[in-house]
Amino acid sequence: MGKYILKRLLQCVVILFFVALVIYAIMRCLPTSYVESIARQRASLPGSKSYTEWLEQLNAVYGLDVGIVRGFFKWLKSAVVLDFGDSWYFNIPVLDKFKSVIWYSFVLGAVSFFLEIIIAIPLGIISAVKQYSKIDYAVTVFALIGISLPTFFFATLLKLIFSIKLGWFDLYGIVGRYYDQLSLGGKFLDMAKHYVLPTVTIVIVSIGSTMRYTRTNMLEVLNSDYIRTARAKGVPERKVISYHAFRNTLIPIVTIIGGSLPGLFSGALITETLFQIPGIGWVSYQAMVGGDIPFSMFYMIFIAVLTLVGTLLADILYAVVDPRVRVG
Amino acid sequence: MSNKSKNKDSNYLSAKESRRITKENRKITRKYEKEISRKNVPESEYATTMRDPQNILEIDDLHTYFFTDQGTVKSVDGVSFDIPRGKTVGVVGESGCGKSVTSLSIMRLLQRPIGQIVGGEIRLNLGDKAIDIAKTPMVEVQNIRGNEISMIFQEPMTTLNPVFRIGTQVDETIKLHNPDMDKEAVKKRSIEMLELVGIANSEGVYDMYPHELSGGMRQRVVIAMALACEPKLIIADEPTTALDVTIQAQILDLFRQLKDRINSSIMLITHDLGVIAEMADYVVVMYAGRIVEKGTLDDIFLHPAHPYTIGLMNSKPSINKTVDRLYSIPGKVPNPIEMPDYCYFRDRCEMCVEKCNGEYPPLHKISDTHYVSCYRFDEEGGKE
Repeated sequence: MGKYILKRLLQCVVILFFVALVIYAIMRCLPTSYVESIARQRASLPGSKSYTEWLEQLNAVYGLDVGIVRGFFKWLKSAVVLDFGDSWYFNIPVLDKFKSVIWYSFVLGAVSFFLEIIIAIPLGIISAVKQYSKIDYAVTVFALIGISLPTFFFATLLKLIFSIKLGWFDLYGIVGRYYDQLSLGGKFLDMAKHYVLPTVTIVIVSIGSTMRYTRTNMLEVLNSDYIRTARAKGVPERKVISYHAFRNTLIPIVTIIGGSLPGLFSGALITETLFQIPGIGWVSYQAMVGGDIPFSMFYMIFIAVLTLVGTLLADILYAVVDPRVRVG
Repeated sequence: MSNKSKNKDSNYLSAKESRRITKENRKITRKYEKEISRKNVPESEYATTMRDPQNILEIDDLHTYFFTDQGTVKSVDGVSFDIPRGKTVGVVGESGCGKSVTSLSIMRLLQRPIGQIVGGEIRLNLGDKAIDIAKTPMVEVQNIRGNEISMIFQEPMTTLNPVFRIGTQVDETIKLHNPDMDKEAVKKRSIEMLELVGIANSEGVYDMYPHELSGGMRQRVVIAMALACEPKLIIADEPTTALDVTIQAQILDLFRQLKDRINSSIMLITHDLGVIAEMADYVVVMYAGRIVEKGTLDDIFLHPAHPYTIGLMNSKPSINKTVDRLYSIPGKVPNPIEMPDYCYFRDRCEMCVEKCNGEYPPLHKISDTHYVSCYRFDEEGGKE
């Protein structure tokens, strides 16, 4: 197992190298250039140098006067020692900016992921066990509504009902107006309250697919021969489902869970923007639009690493739940 | 318009008709499901008495229907036969004739809600009392499954749960029906059972996963599981179909030894007449959901009476005969949804008499043990 993991990690390094190269090349080719917009700004000031002169000077300052390949290796050289440089757009070190925003996104991601799992899997199992019953149809309709509703529409709907009509929550923001005057416990509750609507939005929108997936898998497992064997042995129906069938349903679900690891950190761009939560999704969007190469590079590589680790984790978990894929 | 009438001839169902069938089915199955899901059913409702205390199981006029979206399939339509204590009853018939559904009905393992026992009795002899399995609540049935009646399935490659160790799966059966046994004793018993079915490295196999074993080995494990609680009746649903011939012979040998050792009855379902000839004491021949002929092994093999049985005997390869081409019964089984009201075999039969155009023939007694459902024996045989 150890040898297998080591091999996989080495593969990850190779993949990561090429991922970084591709992203860097794309970033350099993007039409939104931070340097160009600054040069244009400076050139329009009265009595300034011309645009081309500014561009040349700024290119040299930001290290864009070299070709893509050389630029990439320059970036790589400092990136391997975890020096990602300063963000152009935010004017502070990339890692500082990242540290100041990631936890907003992580809390949002983790809470909604947790809720999604504990709601979607049991509901999926129930609707499979009671196939074609009223519960099944209700769950299916609910799932389909979740899948087909766009985030922005659903978030706006929630805001209309709970913020404007009922006035239970603030429209947006991460803290209330009197946050600074609150005690520590009050501060926590205030923040938690502001997380309710964004979390609900994400959970409702993402719950459907996991639930349908669980249902399909459970149905397949319930129709398999070994479930019939378990019943023929005299195993009570409740145990057939919770023990024999559930262990087998877990196998494909684990892949989904492993695959959603990056989702915990990547932030939810649309939801964060709609509720004005200063999370990584929102910040990375600003950086990307502003042509901030150091920050965008860091963020993309971070997501790539998480994706690779997530797949590796899913494969390891696979071996834990399914003895057939264990390697010697 | 012409298109529509053309469609009517084939198996085409209009959406409207299909909806109507589905709706009706739901009404019917809901009624049965309600009956099944009742709680605290008094024992008097399913207690019964055996016709002959020597029998371990008596199936009486069993009807098992499947309420599908295309219509009602009468998979088992009035089947009656007995399984005497310590004997092997072979059930033969072609694919889809209701052999497996009969056995699943006995175990109450039908795919619900579409599959339902709609009539008849399945009387199980529990020694001091007898119960009608068809009416027994599920909680009670769970105590019977694996304990009084156990089942061996057709496909050993998929009958074992891939994520649990062999030991865990065998242990489970023993623990379920002997809750007082402690862990060590259960394990000892499991290893004993694995040895009994001829697994040499039984302690090693105890810790293995199903995918580490071959098909024959897995079938042995399934048999060990089935025998673990010394059931009174073992239902073997084509136990050797998926295995190659040498393993088949070993497994059949094993069956015979084990049957003598724990003195239980076997209901052997197969379409392999060779297996029947070797194993069975009594034979039941089924065709399209009904029994066409039943009798002792000699009755069926030496004096087959029903044209279908005769055809079946002719279509098995034999060493003593030289034939260019193996015989096959002409025609095909009628559509299970719209069964004709005359003898189901009439359209394929080469020995039809005039009476065959009438309603489905009743069971005629040829001798004390031999029964056949064919008009050709109406006059000549011992009429009841």
